[in-house]
Amino acid sequence: MQSFQEIILTLKRYWAQRDCVIQEPYDVEVGAGTMCPETFLRVLGPDPYRVAYVQPSRRPADGRYGDNPNRLYKHSQLQVILKPAPEDIIEQYLGSLEAIGIDLRKHDIKFEEDNWEAPTLGAWGIGWQVMLDGLEISQFTYFQQCGGIDLDLIPAELTYGLERLTAFLQVKDSVYDIDWGGGFSYRHVRYMDELQYSVYNFEMADIPTLWQLFDLHEGEAGRLLGLYDPKSPDKKRFPLLPAYDQVLKCSNLFNTLDARGAISVTERQAVIQRVRKMAVAVAQAWVDQQSGAPAEVAQ
Amino acid sequence: MSALLPFLLEIGTEEIPDWMIPGALENLRLLFEKLDIPHEEIRLDATPRRLVLRATGLPARQADSEERILGPAKSAPAQAVAGFARKQGIQPEDMVVESTPKGEYYVFYKKVAGRQTRDILAEALPGVILGIYFPKTMYWTGKGGPRFIRPIRWIVALLGEDIVPFTLAGVRSGALTSGHRRLGAREIAVTCADYEQRLRDHCVILSFQERSGRIAEQLAAIDVRPDPGLIRKLAYLTEFPTTIRGGFDPEFLALPDEVLATVMRHHQNYFSVTGPGGKLAPEFVAVMNIESDPEGFVRRGNERVLRARFNDARFFWETDQKKTLAARKADLAHVTFQAKLGTYLEKVERMMTLAAELGGDAHAVRAAELSKCDLTTELVKEFTELQGVVGGLYARVQGEPEPVWQAIYDHYKPESMDDSIPRNRAGQIVALADKLDTLRGCFRVGLIPSGSRDPYALRRAAQGVVKILAEGKLELPLLDLLGGDAGLRAFFEERVKYYFKEIRGFAYDEVNACMAAGWSNLVDLEARLVRVRSLRDSADFEPLAASFKRIRNILEQAKFTGGGAIDPALLEPGPERDLYDEFLRTSGQPIESAISSLRPKVDLFFDKVLVNAPDQKIRSNRLTLLSTLLAEFSTIADFSEIVTNS
Repeated sequence: MQSFQEIILTLKRYWAQRDCVIQEPYDVEVGAGTMCPETFLRVLGPDPYRVAYVQPSRRPADGRYGDNPNRLYKHSQLQVILKPAPEDIIEQYLGSLEAIGIDLRKHDIKFEEDNWEAPTLGAWGIGWQVMLDGLEISQFTYFQQCGGIDLDLIPAELTYGLERLTAFLQVKDSVYDIDWGGGFSYRHVRYMDELQYSVYNFEMADIPTLWQLFDLHEGEAGRLLGLYDPKSPDKKRFPLLPAYDQVLKCSNLFNTLDARGAISVTERQAVIQRVRKMAVAVAQAWVDQQSGAPAEVAQ
Repeated sequence: MSALLPFLLEIGTEEIPDWMIPGALENLRLLFEKLDIPHEEIRLDATPRRLVLRATGLPARQADSEERILGPAKSAPAQAVAGFARKQGIQPEDMVVESTPKGEYYVFYKKVAGRQTRDILAEALPGVILGIYFPKTMYWTGKGGPRFIRPIRWIVALLGEDIVPFTLAGVRSGALTSGHRRLGAREIAVTCADYEQRLRDHCVILSFQERSGRIAEQLAAIDVRPDPGLIRKLAYLTEFPTTIRGGFDPEFLALPDEVLATVMRHHQNYFSVTGPGGKLAPEFVAVMNIESDPEGFVRRGNERVLRARFNDARFFWETDQKKTLAARKADLAHVTFQAKLGTYLEKVERMMTLAAELGGDAHAVRAAELSKCDLTTELVKEFTELQGVVGGLYARVQGEPEPVWQAIYDHYKPESMDDSIPRNRAGQIVALADKLDTLRGCFRVGLIPSGSRDPYALRRAAQGVVKILAEGKLELPLLDLLGGDAGLRAFFEERVKYYFKEIRGFAYDEVNACMAAGWSNLVDLEARLVRVRSLRDSADFEPLAASFKRIRNILEQAKFTGGGAIDPALLEPGPERDLYDEFLRTSGQPIESAISSLRPKVDLFFDKVLVNAPDQKIRSNRLTLLSTLLAEFSTIADFSEIVTNS
């Protein structure tokens, strides 16, 4: 039986052998691997890229105090971006499942229509949820638009739900019973996060403080974006990546406030629009910045 | 004529959404037929990964034809004639002289060889393929590239034994297909003759009928709830479908059937199994895309997924019980119905008033009050499609009377034109109140559907109102319920027309005729439609309708505004007087009993009497007679709307 970490290592090796950069997780809280600059910004513009990374993805509202066998506040996504998508991308994906020991002649795999959309990122794509014996194990998306911009090269995004996949392979009914590796269980490693973040997100997060933080990060992003000058000869120095971090902070604060029950349905739409506006502005500036100096970026 | 050839086109793609496949195939057929290439039979097939058109009897070459080229006039100098012939590459004697309206001219009949069918296809097929309509398409080769439903990965195009050569989205057409993703080979050489068999050898059943038949046959041995829609879906989700049977812990049967069935059907694509007495059995049937499951991997995997889902549902069901529906009403103040239309609490209060106005009893008003409370439950947040149903189930558990819980349960009905209306009166009233409130509100703030954009599903809501009024036999004045909104009135007029024409099968002119005589009371409208339809069988009907149309035209031309009584003294003896007497005799009778005696009198009148008499008084009296006659028999329909052959 492969441990959680062996599965991760196998998948990383598999994609490394297919010329992907193996990245470490991004060090700002995100709700999904898509939000990391390695995806959100890299899919923009005309330059090919291939990357794989495991991203801890935080969904405050999904926390269950460590009680629910299938729902987690923070789960691990393996995110693979292949830009542009190779012709045999689905074969490569199926090969990765075989690499972790799933004999697809003996299991049922189906690709069911599921078009992904992230309103806060102005991003959407066409694709499927991949079902393995009735379990959704991956999301497979051909990005069409990101930050409201039509993409030049169409990337494929593969997202593996690692806990689910491992529970499936290890035949565990609860993710907490997963063997992580080295004799430690998933519970051993992660239970305290799940419990304490659930308490914080649902009970103790201070709503006024979170709103204040939201406003501060939004202000900083807006300040920076207002200073970006597309005509400046020095524009490639301009700190758009740090500006994007501010957007990510806002997104995570929004999710936390939402879990805390602090956002009414009416406000919800408005806050999503605020985040989206920043994300779109960063994406547009980024495309401009890249087109200004493609040679230097490549170095 | 050369031998006739078979044609095979297979568009190999990544997995196409199941529900789009039938439409795409029909489209492919139309686009192919538009090419005007002679052929015998066409056969269409599809799996998730291929759209296939096969045709027989195509000629290798199109028929030769002749083109008529006009040369110089016969009178032209010999040099000009020779010059023309040289330009055409012929001798002057190859031409003939023909007389034309302009005089005598040289004419050359040029033989045009029919083009190779293969060349025509090679040129046209890329356009045919990319012309297939899909509701949502994508780029895959990059911005500005071709769009299709999913990436095209291979193309088989064969005419007889030859490849029809073309390139589309970087894919070259050829004679290589692809088998089942894991049970077949990736590249398989095929011919028109062995194509289907070769696919079968590689675990692809090409025919949808065969795949759905295979599923149905395997289900036949098991007591499953019939679900043809699910069979169809699964037959288009698989290339080699096989059923497997799994079970779940009977403890879950404590949950309502609706919840269990929804999880199985909508979230997992499983068939429910029934046990003794029609109750759910702790079993399910799934369909997999492989041939067998000898080690039970697929069965066990599906059982575990279902267990997790049922556990979630049970957790929500139990959590939700901690707060009654009635106690949740206040929470609706925090649930937005629509930004410009306020919260669900406000909506519910409007619905309660409206339910009473519509003649609803205390049960209907109570059901309206509780109808939206399930929106705050965890179960509905998880299974949105169960809104209403969950409210009904909770209301039942919480001791609400049967008419109330059933009304809550049903109040989103009818969800489509095939769906039934709410089963009891209270449910019909609540459903009407809900839909009318939404329609009135949306039209008031300008959220009006345009073209294919109808984000609030207002067409469906209005269609539901029409269906409930008509099939619930509710004699409510629809036009008075629209809040005096002219736009909404026009919107409903379309819906009423659609309903009686498309759903109930009345002819469009019958619908126009009856609606012209009023359409506020749909029960009455339907009764009149039935009468007009049976009147139509009478031989006198269409001639009389034609006469009514003539009367209306005469009145319009004369700008006759009506009023006034008929002066019998001014009537001429003969046809005019006879018509008047007939009118007096039949007045007040239903048109069914008057029609056969009335018609000859009307015909004779028009035959013999000049309406536009020189004497103004006589003319006016005649117009009054006609207008009175028209009004008398137009209460059930405006017969001048009937389209007649005469």
